[in-house]
Amino acid sequence: MPNLIKAIVCLFRRDLTVALRRSTDILTPLVFFTIVVSLFPLGLGPEPSVLRTIAPGVIWVAALLATMLSLNRLFANDYADGTLEQMALAPYPLTVLVLVKIASHWALTGLPLVLISPLLALQMHLPESAISTLIFTLLLGTPVLSLLGAVGAALTLGLRGGGVLVSLLVLPLYTPVLIFGAGAVAGVVADIDIQAHYSLLGAFLVLALTFAPWAAAAALRVSLD
Amino acid sequence: MNWSKFFAMGGYAVYVWSSYGLAAVVLFLNIYLPLHRRKKVRRLLREFLRLKEQTR
Amino acid sequence: MHKYASPKFFYSLAGRMTPWLGGVTALLLLSGLYLGLFVAPPDYQQGESYRIMFIHVPAAWMSMFVYMLMAGSGAVALVWNIKLAEIFASCSAPIGASFTFLALVTGSLWGKPMWGTWWVWDARLTSELILFFLYIGYMALEASIDDPRRAARASAILALVGVVNIPVIHFSVQWWNTLHQPASVSKMGVPTIATSMLIPLLLMALAFTVYFFVAVLIRMRNDILERERHTGWVAQMLESKP
Repeated sequence: MPNLIKAIVCLFRRDLTVALRRSTDILTPLVFFTIVVSLFPLGLGPEPSVLRTIAPGVIWVAALLATMLSLNRLFANDYADGTLEQMALAPYPLTVLVLVKIASHWALTGLPLVLISPLLALQMHLPESAISTLIFTLLLGTPVLSLLGAVGAALTLGLRGGGVLVSLLVLPLYTPVLIFGAGAVAGVVADIDIQAHYSLLGAFLVLALTFAPWAAAAALRVSLD
Repeated sequence: MNWSKFFAMGGYAVYVWSSYGLAAVVLFLNIYLPLHRRKKVRRLLREFLRLKEQTR
Repeated sequence: MHKYASPKFFYSLAGRMTPWLGGVTALLLLSGLYLGLFVAPPDYQQGESYRIMFIHVPAAWMSMFVYMLMAGSGAVALVWNIKLAEIFASCSAPIGASFTFLALVTGSLWGKPMWGTWWVWDARLTSELILFFLYIGYMALEASIDDPRRAARASAILALVGVVNIPVIHFSVQWWNTLHQPASVSKMGVPTIATSMLIPLLLMALAFTVYFFVAVLIRMRNDILERERHTGWVAQMLESKP
């Protein structure tokens, strides 16, 4: 197997470069995230106490939905121009290559969500003490969303109705991350110990890192055949 | 056996009998629909085989 | 082993088994219903409404059980490439989904007289709802893929991912529920089980299980006919029976 590290770096840089050229692909989920969060005050009224209560859940759900929107960018473009097949034939473990793709996807999708979340938290009157929790839980959670989402994207490669179908497949699987991520932020506001939340989110991340790339690679092979 | 008392189910008749009724519907449909489809499948396949014979 | 994996053999075996299994189902159902509706006494707290339990609990058990079977046969199909395993998984899904649906609606009907609302976000119902979504996703994925081989293998992967996630989801929802529930309202009240209630419950569970196999075998026979339509044995069989 020719230099694996070199291949990893190369693929990562290539993915970033290609994605940055299509910057709308990156900005759209981010804008969507912002718009969705803003819809809630419009729908429920601007009363700060109400917004404060719903803020953790709303921001987290919006993050889930924004991630879903971005999933088609993970494999679809490479599938369309044949690059994905080349990757499957390459002398490197497909699992590793998939992990690299997920990492670059998260760097341009999940990470921006994390970075913009403080602004949305302020909009929703989330107390400042909770903002760091929001950032850290999103930091732990969004990679899991990308990892699980990759499995869904791999399974639905090239299918009509792909975008909505992926959501249907993956959103139920997101619920544990949502429960503990939003729960941690709400817990901080309510002054509850959230050590358990962090531990579980960490555990989910480790589990997802271990199994999702492998499952996604298997799903890709099924879809490419 | 007081039948009217039985059917009243202590005032919960609507809930209890809706549940049992729905169960009956579910159990019935999961047998009836495939059996119905079986007839259709057999008919279609016979057509298919007839056409296959003709175009041989 | 090889003989049992042959669709032709399975088709005739299933055809012979279904009437017997159907009879067993009917017996179990009748005895379970009789004991549950006529013999078991009313519950101290819930009166007669607890009798919904004899439908709700077996349906919930079946919804989980069928999903496990789907995932298991999916794994068999992926690893050993056995067509019958693919067909079994595919045919089980709608039946499992309808059990889940039944569990959800009866859970709602059970909860309404107890808690006053049509829906309660208690741990079990919420988990059941997510399981329902998992079933729908599975069936949607299968329906979206034209190539039967890719459909079967993709669904198998999805079912396996789902099966691994189900304990995580259960645990998370359980935790979420204990945190958010006001102290007075706790879980869906399964009454302290007296033997007179346990026996009909188990009979109904058994009845649903045997019923499942009847239903899945009928569906599988249809599927086998369609898949094997190019073979000689199907042609022969269709000719002989008008």
